[in-house]
Amino acid sequence: MSTTRRTILIASGATLATPNIAPAQEAPGVTATEIRIGSTNSLSGPASAYSVISTCLTAMFRRLNDEGGVAGRRINFTVYDDAYSPPRTLEQTRRLVEQDRVAFLFNQLGTPTNNAVHRYVNQRRVPHLFLATGADKWANPREFPWTIGWQPSYRVEAQIYAKHILETRPNARIALLYQNDDFGRDYLNGVRDVLGPRFDSMVRTATNEATDPTVDSQIVQLQASGADVLVCGVIPRFAAQAIRRVHEIGWRPMMFMTNVSVSVGAVMEPAGKERGVGLITSDYRKDQSDPAWANDPGMNEWRGFMQRFVPGGDLTDNNFTYGYGVGTTMIQVLRQCGNDFSRENVMRQAANIAPMDVATLLPGIKVQTQPNNFNVIRQMQLQRWDGSGWVRFGNVIEGANV
Amino acid sequence: MKPLLIAAGLALALLPIWALESFHLFQLTLAVIMALAVLGLNIVTGYNGQISLGHGAFFAVGAYATAIPMSLLDWSFWATLPVSAIVCGVVGWGVGFPALRLGGLYLALTTFALAVAVPQILKHKAVEAWTGGVQGLFLLKPEAPAWLALSPDQYMYLVALLVAGLCYLLTANLLRGRIGRAMMAVRDNPTAAEAMGMDLASLKTRTFAVSAIITGMAGSLSAAVVEFVAPDSFTFILSISLFVGMVVGGVGSILGSVFGGLFVLFVPNLAEAISRSAPGVIYGAILILFLFILPDGVAGLVRRFTTKKRIIPGRETS
Repeated sequence: MSTTRRTILIASGATLATPNIAPAQEAPGVTATEIRIGSTNSLSGPASAYSVISTCLTAMFRRLNDEGGVAGRRINFTVYDDAYSPPRTLEQTRRLVEQDRVAFLFNQLGTPTNNAVHRYVNQRRVPHLFLATGADKWANPREFPWTIGWQPSYRVEAQIYAKHILETRPNARIALLYQNDDFGRDYLNGVRDVLGPRFDSMVRTATNEATDPTVDSQIVQLQASGADVLVCGVIPRFAAQAIRRVHEIGWRPMMFMTNVSVSVGAVMEPAGKERGVGLITSDYRKDQSDPAWANDPGMNEWRGFMQRFVPGGDLTDNNFTYGYGVGTTMIQVLRQCGNDFSRENVMRQAANIAPMDVATLLPGIKVQTQPNNFNVIRQMQLQRWDGSGWVRFGNVIEGANV
Repeated sequence: MKPLLIAAGLALALLPIWALESFHLFQLTLAVIMALAVLGLNIVTGYNGQISLGHGAFFAVGAYATAIPMSLLDWSFWATLPVSAIVCGVVGWGVGFPALRLGGLYLALTTFALAVAVPQILKHKAVEAWTGGVQGLFLLKPEAPAWLALSPDQYMYLVALLVAGLCYLLTANLLRGRIGRAMMAVRDNPTAAEAMGMDLASLKTRTFAVSAIITGMAGSLSAAVVEFVAPDSFTFILSISLFVGMVVGGVGSILGSVFGGLFVLFVPNLAEAISRSAPGVIYGAILILFLFILPDGVAGLVRRFTTKKRIIPGRETS
């Protein structure tokens, strides 16, 4: 009996130790001196404004290599242009995986583009890490264990609003205005996640099409339902209209606006700065134009990096703070890998990030993953419009774990 | 001589199945598909003289006509091809009508409007349940029958080659005959053609229909190869690249369409390999170079080498 147990112990000990013996040479895209990482971005085409994310990440890996790399290996980061066209994304991704033989894929840009490679990478078991898209579908480890997003999805954002509503007005009557597409429906789903069976009794909804001229009639219809809370998942043009209309008809609900439609220039000024007082939205990044972060150590770290490695970069472009955040997460995963950069281990480490702070994210907002929860950033902080700017308030709120 | 050439061509077309690894084979499959799409455009613009900047729209219609039955109704790929042909034929025929009243640049802009509109129409809520809206549709590529012992990529290349080869053969047959001559007569001198008793209206609309069917077939193949369709796959850029492919390959040339397809797929990659920071500039430079050196397209060059110089009596040979 005791011999058997000892045998089992030795055997299991050996099994546990194997990953660290010398598997690195076997792993695709990894040699004794190099780790190859691939990505696609819209370097040309309609979404090319996002290509600065790749510029930022390339610079971060250069800094990492200057500092000696990871486990003695340099990072070789290849970005191909897909012009935001899904068939091209598949072509370029296959080139990265089959011809360039990268170890894994990192931060590919776009929802339709990542859709086109979603099944391919999961069939081939290639880690498809920290995608640059806000869709909710990337956090599905049971069906797609090789794909993981990064930023909070619209659905998580809506969950956070719903949680705040329940906390401050447990008996609220909620009006929900959302755009009738995938973007808008994420807000519907997020609110439903939190309210559960109470959804039907608490919420009245109205939808708009991206092609509608106005949302005036929807606002009037929602006011007539007697709601005292209004949640809006609409694009900037309709956001400005909604803020203005709500004010004009004398409705004073607790009003939430999706954080894609809160730009001062595109929404708050057209709506009328004084009309939006009290409007609530959310964020997870530090806004580099906010004087509160002028001497922040995290933002100074980012500014120093920009000065040295991206000297021509536009410091007001928040794609750089995004890139710095997602790059930091990637480097953490590489460090966690130890000496084993096999695809299995990279994915295992990407799914086991202990809560960590990132320089360009708001204090208290953590980057974290668990094998059953791929919502990497699941917290946000609310902010309120005071007539001239956004003021953060309250604690960091975490989306529902669904 | 001719059967030998055909055999050599066939061998050359089939060789990549074993010679290339899967990624390159996949790329070549896409190039074959683009060549087919360029051929469709060439029929209406090259042979019939009606400029179309909207063939990406027919490509999209073909792709969705295959993707919707495969994804929602579990049809086999082969069964969707006739459906796709009919749908594209009807749409192409319909587009042919405004073409009767609009000539030249106006027609070019009308078809361009079609190319701009189609991706947005695909997202419209009335058809969203079918098209999958912005998220698009997923499908599975047809699997190779067991007795063929080919990998999915090898099989898909064979399928694309088969469909494209058949379309090329039929098109060549059509253009060589009476109808082809009528098409070209309409292109070269519509008044004379009408005076000879040709029905311009029916000829032009039918040419549009045939052209749409061929480009639609390419769309169907592309849906199966990529296993995903979304409105963003068919922006107006696609229409423009098909047009570029046609001009570079050779306007009014069947063989030229093959080169056009290769250009459409490989030159952007080449441009990116030369300069990562400004691939658009390199692409433009290559394009201009092509137009300078080969004003009649690649097919023109081939023609220059293969046809003997005819000496017309009383004229100096240049």
